[in-house]
Amino acid sequence: MQIVTQTAFTPWASLGGGILIGLSAVMVMALFGRIAGIAGISQGALGAIVPLQGAARDRDWRWAFLLGLLAAPLAILAFGGSVVQTVPQNLPAMGIAGLLVGVGTALGSGCTSGHGVCGLARLSRRSLAAVATFMAAGFVTVFVIRHVMGGL
Amino acid sequence: MRILWGFLSGLVFGLGLVISGMSDPAKVLNFLDLAGSWDPSLAFVMGGATITTFLGYRMAWRRPAPVLDTSFDIPTNRRIDRPLLTGAALFGIGWGIGGFCPGPAFTALPLLAPGTLVFVPAMLVGLWIGARIKARGLSDMKGASA
Repeated sequence: MQIVTQTAFTPWASLGGGILIGLSAVMVMALFGRIAGIAGISQGALGAIVPLQGAARDRDWRWAFLLGLLAAPLAILAFGGSVVQTVPQNLPAMGIAGLLVGVGTALGSGCTSGHGVCGLARLSRRSLAAVATFMAAGFVTVFVIRHVMGGL
Repeated sequence: MRILWGFLSGLVFGLGLVISGMSDPAKVLNFLDLAGSWDPSLAFVMGGATITTFLGYRMAWRRPAPVLDTSFDIPTNRRIDRPLLTGAALFGIGWGIGGFCPGPAFTALPLLAPGTLVFVPAMLVGLWIGARIKARGLSDMKGASA
């Protein structure tokens, strides 16, 4: 049973956090000339461990970027902040979800950051089509799980 | 230099994810729950990030080349094809089940929630499988293409 956790509407924190995400995407473009898509960055980093066709070769900054992502919540905790998080507890469902997210972003060449933030900022119609598709799929999936199945 | 700036870029991205609430699956799932406990916060995340990137990219592209690399590498594919839409649909379903997309899943990893510890390895396996399917072509794949 998936319990719905109520969350507060946080327009200012979300806007501020969004601007930081955008700033990072601009840093990656200005410094490395690349799209800051996390799926693509992960694939490039993964390509250093296992053979992966089509993975990017410039792995140095990609590994460092992922370490930076991992360091972020620890930095917030170290400076006395709090990180609020409720992760679904149905582990088989989380395994299936992870698999779908991995396969889907590899096949679709991008995720919320690559197609969403960077693609929309480039005014790419291909990215807009991807964003419309994954948003629609997300809305339908949550509707079916919560309002048809009554939770996982 | 590349390592240091790569790390800092990732750190800023991760701080943005945590501060914005995007790294909390409960918030993501509530954003996707239009018919229930809808939380519109994530529209502000996407808006703030996309507008900042739109403006910043145009400043970055005024230079002939990026600071730490030889050339800009920007996707040139414009085709709205079957792998794109099938992949995006599969991703959206997984996003709706778990409340994680790739970035937030990584930032959530050090907090060691059991759901995250299952999700991230499964996602990495998925990325590997997806890359293989894409490389082999989609001719023999029966997908729910939109």
